[in-house]
Amino acid sequence: MPALIETHSLTKQFGDLVAVDDVSLRVEAGEILALLGPNGAGKTTTIRMLASILRPTRGWVRVAGFDTAVDAAKVRHQVGLLTEHHGLYTRMKAREYLAYFGSIYGLDPDQSAQRAVELLDRFGLSDAYNQRLGQYSKGMRQKLAMARALLHDPEVLLLDEPTSAMDPESARMVRESILGLRSGNRAIVVCTHNLHEAEALADRIAIIRRGGIVAQGTADQLMQDYLGSPIMELKVAGQLDGAARLLPEGVQIREQGYDWFRFQASDPEQINPQIIENMAAAGVRIVTLSEVKRSLEDVYLSVMQREAQE
Amino acid sequence: MNLGLTRELPGTLLVARREIRDQLRDWRILTPIIMLTLFFPLLMNYTARTAVSFVEQYGATIIGDRLIPFLLMVVGFFPISISLVIALESFAGERERLSLEPLLATPLTDTQLYFGKILASLLAPIGAAYLGIFVYLAGLLWRLGWTPTPQLLAQILLLTAAQALLMVTAAVVISTQTTSVRGANLLASFIIIPAAQLIIIESLIMFWGRYTVLWWIVAALLLVSVVLGRMGLHLFNREELLGREFDNVDVRWGAGRFWDGFRGKARSPFIWFRETITHTLPEMPGPLIIMTLAMAAAYIIGFRSASTFTLPEQLFVEERIASVLTDELSNFGFLSTSGWAWIAFNNLRALAIASVLGAFSLGIAAMLLLMAPVGIVGYLAGNFALAGVDTSRLLMALVLPHGLIEIPAAIIAGAAILQLGLAALSLPKGSSLGASWLVALGKWARLLLALVIPLLLVAAALEVFVTPRVAAALLAGP
Repeated sequence: MPALIETHSLTKQFGDLVAVDDVSLRVEAGEILALLGPNGAGKTTTIRMLASILRPTRGWVRVAGFDTAVDAAKVRHQVGLLTEHHGLYTRMKAREYLAYFGSIYGLDPDQSAQRAVELLDRFGLSDAYNQRLGQYSKGMRQKLAMARALLHDPEVLLLDEPTSAMDPESARMVRESILGLRSGNRAIVVCTHNLHEAEALADRIAIIRRGGIVAQGTADQLMQDYLGSPIMELKVAGQLDGAARLLPEGVQIREQGYDWFRFQASDPEQINPQIIENMAAAGVRIVTLSEVKRSLEDVYLSVMQREAQE
Repeated sequence: MNLGLTRELPGTLLVARREIRDQLRDWRILTPIIMLTLFFPLLMNYTARTAVSFVEQYGATIIGDRLIPFLLMVVGFFPISISLVIALESFAGERERLSLEPLLATPLTDTQLYFGKILASLLAPIGAAYLGIFVYLAGLLWRLGWTPTPQLLAQILLLTAAQALLMVTAAVVISTQTTSVRGANLLASFIIIPAAQLIIIESLIMFWGRYTVLWWIVAALLLVSVVLGRMGLHLFNREELLGREFDNVDVRWGAGRFWDGFRGKARSPFIWFRETITHTLPEMPGPLIIMTLAMAAAYIIGFRSASTFTLPEQLFVEERIASVLTDELSNFGFLSTSGWAWIAFNNLRALAIASVLGAFSLGIAAMLLLMAPVGIVGYLAGNFALAGVDTSRLLMALVLPHGLIEIPAAIIAGAAILQLGLAALSLPKGSSLGASWLVALGKWARLLLALVIPLLLVAAALEVFVTPRVAAALLAGP
């Protein structure tokens, strides 16, 4: 698949401060990348460089085939940016606001109006089409800002904290919209603090700390890399009573209780049936054997701890 | 050029149109514009009529004649003063409300955003000012039958527009240096103070009846606006707007930039002094040439003014000068250490005042202040010449001994202050206004400490101890 976003050794320095340090990313068409990191990690600066608002100090960015430093205007035509703060003009009506941005992107007025209606409908704002933006709630404003970013049907969508100001219902609507926007000719980057959101939306995740990418991959890859093999929990009927001794070699017990224990093995597909056989042979009745659910939060915290120690 | 204009114009107009529409929905902008457009001109009209009828009772018609055009200028100025508020709101306000970034993410160019906002800041206030002027004039025509000459009307209309342009272009520069409207309002004193001074000067000129000078003021305002506009265009770009934090005081950083300018690469006081002459001074040929020409111009203007404002001849009798030099010098503190201290103190004080004024006027006020003594010398020389005294001998006796040191010191001082102004106007690529200005401030301090102050101290010593003796020897006669 072609890469719609590609960066190489991307670095941004403000005076003595290195805000983004040697970041190399590749986001293909049809892919959603989540950029995770603490406040001040360099997420917004990275997004601004991808949107051709800031120039890289070193390295390069190519968006939809255009170098952001050379063809900035062409890049901005191809990018839809949802800024961290919605930044709406509160004295304008939604209709006027979207028409204004439509004209900036060179859309025909009729085409722009039609697109505006579609987008407002998608985000549940149809009734507020003629309402002044000052009367909008925080969530409505955020959704209108999303509509603004999508107005010109961009190939690249950069979303900085897309659901930060929303109630759970609106956040879910926007998340579903983002998933609906995934297409074969669009790449999406989502900056978020919300790890569940990142997990739900992203094909790949990049964790950024102090300006640099410290971990990158799919959620499964990151869990494997940072949390190790899956953890299994085995629960027996009655007391455990030495059943742990029946485990094959190479299995490491992580935790145990009265009638359960958790273990980790490098090859669960081989080990788990063997455990069941051993237990059955010894007359131990198994109630459940299941994988312990691990979250992106565990990965994130593990990455951060490891980086802090280094 | 035309292609560029055609390319930039549609985006510029889009930005301007939205902003103007937004202004017309803001009662905080609309109310004063309506008040100043409709009610204020009527009030001025009443003032003019009342004042004219009052002064006519005493036959002082000239006051009324001058008051009417003056109020015409005031009627125009009040609405355009709002352009400053609109510009600060448009540039700093949009940044503070975080609505600028979505615009920066669009294909609009920096130039389109800049000129769109400039246009939007100018159109409503200038339109209101012109409407106010015509309301005022209509009232005068109706009640007093007074109409302005076409020249005066053109001057007032142009002056109004030029003042608005100056305030708006200056407001942009200020707005790029802060992230809040509050910060921009605080910095706006750098515009309000010079604008107030300008209005006072314009008032004096109008009451004096020297309307031709208004053309020069219009030209100067347009020139400064172009310079500020160029500077604003340089500062108003995506990188500057989103890439810098301004509102935090970083003393260490500021001191570092100042030190860069002050010390340069010198590692010892001797090298520092030598490099001040070999590096710092040659870095500013432009300001040095401007100051030298300004000093020469001041002398010539002073000399030629003597024929217009001639002093009584009896003041310039050569024998009288000689007797003063020989008999009364000690009474004036000459030939004494206290006299030296007094002159040195006055020169240093003038230097400090020039530096402060220069900071508010891109160095222009400093230049004028430093030109003044040379202008006075020229004026006195002109009067001596008219009285038949040998001017060259007089200058050689009274000015040359200390002037040889003092005038170069004044030229260097003025050039260093001008350089401070130029540092703000022509920023090196990638350098911020603050950094560039602090480096220039360091160089200014370096030149003052290494050259100007020592030269002024020496010049004061020569003026007190040597010049009177040379003068006495040359002028006392046989």
